[in-house]
Amino acid sequence: MRSRVIICEASEMIAIGLAEIIDGMAQFDVVSRLDNPEHLSEKIVASDANLLIINPALLGFHNKDFLSQLGKEHPQVIMIALVTSCLDHSMLTPYSGVIEINDTRSKIISKMNEFAQSETTKNTDDVELSKREADVLVAVAKGMMNKEIADQMNISIHTVISHRKNITRKTGIKSVSGLTVYALLNNLINEDELI
Amino acid sequence: MPQKKTPFSKNTKFAELLTDDRRLLQLLPRFGIGLGFGDRNVAQVCQMSRVNTNLFLMICEIYSNGNFRPGKEELRHIDLGDLLSYLKASHRYYLDERFPHIEEHLHNIIEACGQKYGPMLSHFYDEYKQEVMRHIQYYEEEVVFPYIEALLEGQRSGSYKIDEFEHNHTNIQDTLDDMMNILLKYLPGDILPKERIEISYDIMELSDDLNRHSLIEERILIPYVESLENVQP
Repeated sequence: MRSRVIICEASEMIAIGLAEIIDGMAQFDVVSRLDNPEHLSEKIVASDANLLIINPALLGFHNKDFLSQLGKEHPQVIMIALVTSCLDHSMLTPYSGVIEINDTRSKIISKMNEFAQSETTKNTDDVELSKREADVLVAVAKGMMNKEIADQMNISIHTVISHRKNITRKTGIKSVSGLTVYALLNNLINEDELI
Repeated sequence: MPQKKTPFSKNTKFAELLTDDRRLLQLLPRFGIGLGFGDRNVAQVCQMSRVNTNLFLMICEIYSNGNFRPGKEELRHIDLGDLLSYLKASHRYYLDERFPHIEEHLHNIIEACGQKYGPMLSHFYDEYKQEVMRHIQYYEEEVVFPYIEALLEGQRSGSYKIDEFEHNHTNIQDTLDDMMNILLKYLPGDILPKERIEISYDIMELSDDLNRHSLIEERILIPYVESLENVQP
């Protein structure tokens, strides 16, 4: 399967150059380039991305909080730091890998291949639904719309959508009626709770 | 899926077509092509069965090469009436043969599930079947096809345009895949395992077939009808 990549980098020159190298590789598609992280989470959902390359300098001091929140919302996404300046190495701990400004093309290609490897392990690793995902699943089975679920659980709609994507990725089931059967079979819900 | 080396041609031996891709076998009844074609080539067999050879080859091509997309020029050499007959025959095959067959097996499984899981499985299937019927029978056959037939006779209806076409086969296919996941992964293992394996084969094949069916609609039917809509005043 091809990996869908988002590049988040303020310098257009660097972002385009990196996108060019990555797009040249058969197993990657650069689906989006952003110059700031403001709408990153929505963008990940909308473009179904699974690899994020981001310059930590864009996140400033909120680096860790932002990334751990992002990681919770989108557990399928691998995060790679794009380092273009001198940086405190502790800033890089949340990332699964690092691309540096003076990496050669072949170095970037070999790193990307490694990241893609870790992605497949990441996907097969977690198959259990998290507590949050199970809650969303139950709400979906009860026939609630995304907006209603978001209001009830106090989360944003795009978080609901990303939970739903993860549920489908883990269970292999896409339709609402199929998810209802899944919830019943796994005793997450009783028949009489359904309308 | 292994990719074919060369596209099929009018001169390909008909039997060779079928050994090349066994899925093409199921196209024969839909085109009304009988068995016993001997060593004739594609053009000869099509002519004998009064089937438009270009259309037949185009559909074979979509079946065995999912990336195939006919160009505008190629589309001009097929007959839209023949395409509609083909699509209707496919619908009959799904509704009168494949679904009842799957249903029969499913009923045994539902019975074996007992009160605990039986009713919900049966509800899941009923809901699904309604969705299939709604799309194929009440939408395509009662709205879309009559519109196209009228267009062929030069009548324009103001109310419908082909770009409104509901691409509902994806849903139909998704739910079918869900059904397979439920049967294989989530129902307790001791309930009729042999029958579940058998029916899963049938479901995979049907899902694959439905996928090709929607490709035919998207890549042949819709562009063709769009060009008709644009030509007429």
